[in-house]
Amino acid sequence: MAREIALRDALREGMSEEMRRDENVFLMGEEVAEYNGAYKVSKGMLDEFGERRVIDTPISELGFAGIGVGAAMNGLRPIIEFMTWNFAVLAFDQIVNNAAKTLSQSAGEFSCPIVFRGPSGAAGQLAQQHSQTFESWMANTPGLKVISCIDPYDMKGLIKSAIRDNDPVCMMESEIMYGHKGEVPEEEYLVPIGVAAVRRQGTDVTLVSYNKQVLTCLEAAKELEKEGISAEVIDLRTIRPMDHYTILESVKKTNRIVVVDEAWPFAGISAEVAYNVQKFAFDYLDAPVIRVNSADTSLPYAEPFVNAYLPNPEKIIKAVKEVTYMKA
Amino acid sequence: MAQTAEKAKSRKKKGATSFDKETYLKWYETMLRIRRFEERTLMAYGQQKVRGFCHVYIGQEAIAAGMVSAIRPEDAIATAYRQHGIAISRGISTKEAMAELFGKATGVVKGKGGSMHFFSREHRFFGGNGIVGAQIPIGTGIAFAEKYKGTDNLCVTMFGDGAARQGALYESFNMAMTWKLPVLYICENNQYAMGTSVERTSNVKDLYKIGSAFDMPSEAVDGMRPEEVHDALTRAAEHIRAGNGPYYLEIKTYRYKGHSVSDPAKYRTKEELQEYKDQDPVKMTEAKILEDKIATKEEIDAIKDAIKKEIEEAVKFAEESPLPDASELYTDNYLQEDYPFLT
Ligand SMILES: Cc1ncc(C[n+]2csc(CCOP(=O)(O)OP(=O)(O)O)c2C)c(N)n1
Ligand SMILES: [Mg+2]
Repeated sequence: MAREIALRDALREGMSEEMRRDENVFLMGEEVAEYNGAYKVSKGMLDEFGERRVIDTPISELGFAGIGVGAAMNGLRPIIEFMTWNFAVLAFDQIVNNAAKTLSQSAGEFSCPIVFRGPSGAAGQLAQQHSQTFESWMANTPGLKVISCIDPYDMKGLIKSAIRDNDPVCMMESEIMYGHKGEVPEEEYLVPIGVAAVRRQGTDVTLVSYNKQVLTCLEAAKELEKEGISAEVIDLRTIRPMDHYTILESVKKTNRIVVVDEAWPFAGISAEVAYNVQKFAFDYLDAPVIRVNSADTSLPYAEPFVNAYLPNPEKIIKAVKEVTYMKA
Repeated sequence: MAQTAEKAKSRKKKGATSFDKETYLKWYETMLRIRRFEERTLMAYGQQKVRGFCHVYIGQEAIAAGMVSAIRPEDAIATAYRQHGIAISRGISTKEAMAELFGKATGVVKGKGGSMHFFSREHRFFGGNGIVGAQIPIGTGIAFAEKYKGTDNLCVTMFGDGAARQGALYESFNMAMTWKLPVLYICENNQYAMGTSVERTSNVKDLYKIGSAFDMPSEAVDGMRPEEVHDALTRAAEHIRAGNGPYYLEIKTYRYKGHSVSDPAKYRTKEELQEYKDQDPVKMTEAKILEDKIATKEEIDAIKDAIKKEIEEAVKFAEESPLPDASELYTDNYLQEDYPFLT
């Protein structure tokens, strides 16, 4: 039987295995070394790899992201950790204007094999600046790949694929899911970038989601089952490139789809999924595509706002009843 | 670090009293109010009444005290998330502050900001910023607006030692100096940015020296003593108001607690912490007032009693206040009243 480990341990194992395998891989970010990571993801890595390869930075996101880009252009394979993606905003210039465009603007002279990683999404009452979801921001940019997932097995396999990938990859984790456990075998394996996972089989409606909202979908699916509705739950795992095939195959079976996306509704992942479904599975749809997003607002601090803002099982169930034309 | 402590101790012995009774009592009251407020905050956090990220100001109170006596109410302030003390010293009531921490509708920003984001137009308090260093250009811009409007006001722009490594600081210093903006930069150097000590992030360990690259007048200040803080800010404010442009103070201080409520602070020694507690600004100021007979024990006790009562009332007010209604999620995102939100 496989052992159970937490997301933070799966990420650390994935990074450590790749660092043992390839001398050019290193980890850089705020508090990653001596403090063992703000969320203890890199615990023990300084001890194993030393300060040449596990590097604490000053609070200088733009600077160290750019140092990562330069190092990647010059033959290394950096893993750049942001304490959260909210702070990666300071480094967008290097991620979007440089990492994403190096290959194109140098006509293939230089590539940028780099991983930018950190938590994305709301994590309790952290208020406006610390609660944002960045998948759609990054996925909008050609040249970048974007992974967003909280499943320990998948994230271990995905971070290894990301480190080996020759293109820049952004990995979105979750502050409140680092302790989330799952079965992870001892043996080495990879999980490919760009492939979704069906987390639950169903026949009546497809729920598409990613990151921690997949768990909310699974909760909703359990409730729906009590009412005789069989929901299929798809975890995108990779946002860009998106596995439209898996979504379309599911919709062809269920004829109904609800997209559950923690990001804001405007011009986001949910819109992207909905566009492709209407374009390629129009004839299979028995109802319009509906989405459940976070509110179209900033997230304030006080407790009542959090539930009102985020997707939850009730909102998902309501949406499912809408696409199945059942009374709520 | 040890050096600063030594210096502070020797200074304590010399300094003749050059401030009046009113000033001393005001400093003492301000510092004690912050100390008691923060102690109650930590307790409330333990009871899960305060949530999210919470960074207290215990140990750094002398900066708030010395600052309010040295600047004018019309001057603006922009600071980071470790802001409760500055906000309270500036006149935001402990009731409104505590209610904000409790996430209540009666909080200083109606429960919308929490511990990191107080704002008050009335008190010219431009926030509590949660993004390290973001307030440095913002404070510079507030000063730009004062100069543009031709006022005599300045903007105190505060940041931590960790924030001093953000590029935004260097860009701001350069423009502020070039355009002679009325901005008073204060680095509250409590020697750690989360678990990272100042020495670990740069060759330049004396943070005041950063100003010299821009020819900006810059000084290091002992932040455990309100007298020193007051004097330095007074000098700086005069320089700025005379139209000479920015001034930069590195105020050396120490935070007694971890970075935030969840940080056990294992990266520093008990001895180091004790060294600072030995020159605690609240205790030292109280001792000075009594030793130099600036005020009587009765007067000090009266302040203590009043503050104890005030903080208890603030907690009661916060507890009894209503939560904001969830529908407030949609208020204050746009000023346009009929903004078409996606739902
Ligand atoms: C841009 C950005 N990067 C990282 C963080 C996470 N973070 C919050 S506070 C902090 C340390 C800041 O230290 P310092 O500026 O010295 O202020 P202090 O907490 O000591 O008052 C860090 C890294 C953040 N909030 N914003
Ligand atoms: Mg600091």
